[in-house]
Amino acid sequence: MNPITEIAPQLLRGLQTTLTVLLASALFSYLMAFIGGLCRLSKNFLLRKFTGLYIEIFRGTSLIVQLFWLYYAIPILFDIDLASNWVIGVIAIGLNYGAYLSEVVRSSILSVAPGQSEAATALNMSSFQRMRFVIFPQAVRMMLPEFGNYTIQMLKGTALISLIGLRDIFYYGDIMRSTNLAHAPLIYAVVLIFYFILALPLIFFTRKAEEIAKKGVAS
Amino acid sequence: MTEPIVRYQDVHKSFGDINVLKGIDLDIFPAEKVAIIGPSGSGKTTIIRMLMTLEEPSSGDIIVDGTNLWKMKKNGTMVEANEKHLRSVRGDIGMVFQHFNLFPHMTILENCMTAPIHVKGEDKQEVEERSIQMLERVGLGDKIHNYPSQLSGGQKQRVAMARALVMRPKIMLFDEVTSALDPELVGEVLEVIRDIAENDDMAMVLVTHEMDFALDIADKVLFLDEGVIAEQGSATDVIEHSQNERLREFLSRFRG
Amino acid sequence: MWSWDRFNEAFPHVLQGLTMTVWVTLLTFLFALIFGFVWLFLRRIPLRPLNWTVTWIMEFIRSTPPIIQLFFMYLAWPVLPYIGVTLSPITCAVIGLGIHFSTYIGEIYRSGIESVGKGQWEAATALNFSLIDKWRRIILPQAIPPTIPMLGNYFIILFKEVPIAATISVQGILYMANTFGARNWAYIEALTIVGIILLALSYPSAVLIRKLEVKMNTRFDKNAVIKKIEKGVRPS
Repeated sequence: MNPITEIAPQLLRGLQTTLTVLLASALFSYLMAFIGGLCRLSKNFLLRKFTGLYIEIFRGTSLIVQLFWLYYAIPILFDIDLASNWVIGVIAIGLNYGAYLSEVVRSSILSVAPGQSEAATALNMSSFQRMRFVIFPQAVRMMLPEFGNYTIQMLKGTALISLIGLRDIFYYGDIMRSTNLAHAPLIYAVVLIFYFILALPLIFFTRKAEEIAKKGVAS
Repeated sequence: MTEPIVRYQDVHKSFGDINVLKGIDLDIFPAEKVAIIGPSGSGKTTIIRMLMTLEEPSSGDIIVDGTNLWKMKKNGTMVEANEKHLRSVRGDIGMVFQHFNLFPHMTILENCMTAPIHVKGEDKQEVEERSIQMLERVGLGDKIHNYPSQLSGGQKQRVAMARALVMRPKIMLFDEVTSALDPELVGEVLEVIRDIAENDDMAMVLVTHEMDFALDIADKVLFLDEGVIAEQGSATDVIEHSQNERLREFLSRFRG
Repeated sequence: MWSWDRFNEAFPHVLQGLTMTVWVTLLTFLFALIFGFVWLFLRRIPLRPLNWTVTWIMEFIRSTPPIIQLFFMYLAWPVLPYIGVTLSPITCAVIGLGIHFSTYIGEIYRSGIESVGKGQWEAATALNFSLIDKWRRIILPQAIPPTIPMLGNYFIILFKEVPIAATISVQGILYMANTFGARNWAYIEALTIVGIILLALSYPSAVLIRKLEVKMNTRFDKNAVIKKIEKGVRPS
């Protein structure tokens, strides 16, 4: 069986699903990360505790369990099959990694030296301006490598969506394997290489981000 | 007689159960140069940090240009100031820090420009010209597009002073601005301070360990000891005529 | 909809899988701890092409989905020519996840060794320690403690990753929940129990490790020590 002419075209059929789920869940998780991270630092006690609960529940259990749970719960909670499996996959991955990244956002903001905020106060900035012009730009530089790392984790996580019936790269690989058992090693190897190729830009981004983070922090 | 621009009235400050300041009464007049000296741990820095709103007094009042800094009137009673009030009062105050606290993600020019533009809403073109002028004045006209990490400590501190000056404060606070510098870089920073003191008409408060320098440029010297102002007066008064034993001991350590 | 009866019924059933989940976690972690040394040693061999190759193999294993690696072990391994042997699901999970996690563990070992400053090596040489004594008395005692909280964190991450072994029918808590769910159409109740079990075990462990981390930091991080001292000093 030829990996390039026979296996790759089959796997390519799943590329769109893998990529769209990755993209949507990554954006969703980034959004959750900033909301969650900022809420954790809020002065409002209830908001802080509620966000903490979200973060601990999603970090304390597994993505696969959350995915299955939402797969069964969302249709019941919203009564009808409103949500497609694609949406469920995006929500599960987004909420899970959003929780991890919330902590990244929170700790990055906290790690900006207190002197920075003091200098901004001395220039009479409001608390919003302090965040917007001084704290946040520095915190974001520190976050970037972790965002890269977790996006790679999200790519790995997308392989689970075939378990709820989405036709991603892994799904098509598995279909091929079931009819060509003798070629299973080769097929899975090509599947893995597919995922690795998708991960490569993220790996390079993460390395670059590490350099930026190192440079941006030293004053 | 002119009104003081800053007035401390029985100001106390404690951190946990440590009483750092035990009743400070102090007037600072427009254009007056005040030096605060005293052993470390005496609360010198805390005095100016409260004026910059970085530290809240435990009790007492600080009046800036006739307005109470930490309290405001609400429905006829005085309540704790909110951020809006603090911002409206502290706008005339600028501060230079021991550890510079330049913004590492901005160029030196951007460090100077960001507050006038975003805080005071001034015209960008005008602010840029003024910032460049100010950076030239502190001798860094050739570095405006560099980042803070590319500068020496002395250069960073000069940028920090330019950044504060561009805001045109009426009161400038200097918090041990030479303490974090290598000895050979102290001179260039003191020179800039002297230039400001001689040519600008703002009030200045210096917390410093550079005794000779402080006594030289200051109109008024405060000796802070164990949380109270133990001695105050003109430089000559304080140095030559003081009967305060602790002050003499303190000075002798610096003057050999 | 939600039913407490089904929940109560499902609980003992799902709990039956806990021993398996914990065992697989422990065995996998042990495997990863040992295999991590393989990566460490391979990367210490001063041969550029080898170093480069090993780095990218690690990167490959680390950035591709563990579930596919499990399937590879389970379904592809037996049909590999010449060496094909059928492995039990548990063995697959231990080896598959073990290799995946060993790439992270190897990095932790490396960071531990790199955290020992150059001066320590030079001082050990200056005191004429033998190679073995240098490692045993100077380097390892400093390199190992900071890695312990990191290893603990990866142990928890692994514990939460082990449920994916249900897909190759390792009969842990998730597998049990799925069978119960299918039989009684009580997926939500059964899966909620899985979540509760995972949370009940991982959260306290995470808190414990955070505490350990703080303790380690104050012992080994000079900056933290300095900070602690400064806190005790009165602000001037």
